Amino acid sequence: MIPATFEYHRPDSVPGAISLLQQHGDDARVVAGGHSLIPMMKLRMAAPGHLIDLQGIADLRGVEVGDTIRIGALTTQSEILAHAGLAEAAPILIEAARQIADPQVRNLGTLGGNVANGDPGNDMPALMMCLDASFALAGPDGTREVAAREFYEAPYVTAREEEEILTAVSFARPPRGHAYEKQKRKIGDYATAAAAVLIAADGGRVTSASVAMTNLADVPVFSAAAGAALVGTDCGPDAVRTAVAAMQGDIDPVEDNRGPVEFKRHVAGVILARAIARAWSRA
Amino acid sequence: MTKMHLTLTVNGEAVETLAEPRELLIHVLRERLGITGPHIGCETSHCGACTVDMDGKSVKACTIFAAQAQGAEITTIEGIGTPDSLHVLQEMFREHHGLQCGFCTPGMITRAWRLLKENPTPSEEEVRFGMAGNLCRCTGYQNIVKSVLAAANELNTVKEAAE
Repeated sequence: MIPATFEYHRPDSVPGAISLLQQHGDDARVVAGGHSLIPMMKLRMAAPGHLIDLQGIADLRGVEVGDTIRIGALTTQSEILAHAGLAEAAPILIEAARQIADPQVRNLGTLGGNVANGDPGNDMPALMMCLDASFALAGPDGTREVAAREFYEAPYVTAREEEEILTAVSFARPPRGHAYEKQKRKIGDYATAAAAVLIAADGGRVTSASVAMTNLADVPVFSAAAGAALVGTDCGPDAVRTAVAAMQGDIDPVEDNRGPVEFKRHVAGVILARAIARAWSRA
Repeated sequence: MTKMHLTLTVNGEAVETLAEPRELLIHVLRERLGITGPHIGCETSHCGACTVDMDGKSVKACTIFAAQAQGAEITTIEGIGTPDSLHVLQEMFREHHGLQCGFCTPGMITRAWRLLKENPTPSEEEVRFGMAGNLCRCTGYQNIVKSVLAAANELNTVKEAAE
């Protein structure tokens, strides 16, 4: 419950935050909503000597909805849920955010924190892979973009360098056919298995499909093979079975108190089949 | 570690205190400011017993450092009603037996208070979903839901009468 002591910083600009990161190295951590980091600090699993609070940086806020959708890293889950433009342009984001945590946590937890955290339990990373989103990373030498599908390396290890800050997430307006289906033990739990699915259709056939899975490996899993298995089909039972089998070839779940490996593989299949059915019904 | 000079507005009153950056808002409220209605029921940010209203949002005060709350406007159960002048929610929790041990109640009512501002006419499902960040060991939730729905009804009746 009691975190170790630290020095608190509240910079008002991205360069200000980066220079603090440069100054304090791996003794520093940035905090956004604080709803993953502070719990870890309370358990002393994290004990940064310097905490760099990003909440004073206005550049990290804001949502732009056009052909490309750009969401500032400090946008909270509640702000996503309340955003009419996002609900219209990317309803899958709303469907997923509703299944994350609980009202109080959504009031502070941010999209940027969710995707940068690197915990395979987080829901937004697989969704961002499904959307083929890109993450903007600002560092001492400027800003670079990294594809969500290239970002996750291992638990809590991402392509973000120590002196970089994830500033925004952007992705092209997705097709109408969408679903984020999540199996969990209770409200606020990380997924036993969850599936993000986007489907575009024309004349009763799938023209494009994207599938990504949450909490079924060390990192979120984008299953190109599962998406490919649906393209060109009528999304009937055979196509769904093929896609599920392809997905099960790509995941690598570990046993924990949500269940053994075989159970998770089975649940992943059930959840993906449901997500495909729902996405198809909306395509 | 150097203490920070914190200024907050708590239940409409400007307050000042010194606190280390690592002190959690819940501890500052309870131990430095003597506001002991919000409780601590866990150390993993699940239970919501510490729920307070910060700048117009329900938050769990166990998962905010005092330093992050600098300048914030905070409402706790103590600011929602008093024993002599209960808020409708407090009356309805009493009326519909929405509490037993009372440990979750300050967080429950503070959350419900904001929920009814966000959604003055919630369905039962919306109440359950909107209160999902608050755990209760005693009631089984049924009477809490009844209390919140009754309070919504009461508040809407009063509002209609005023119009």
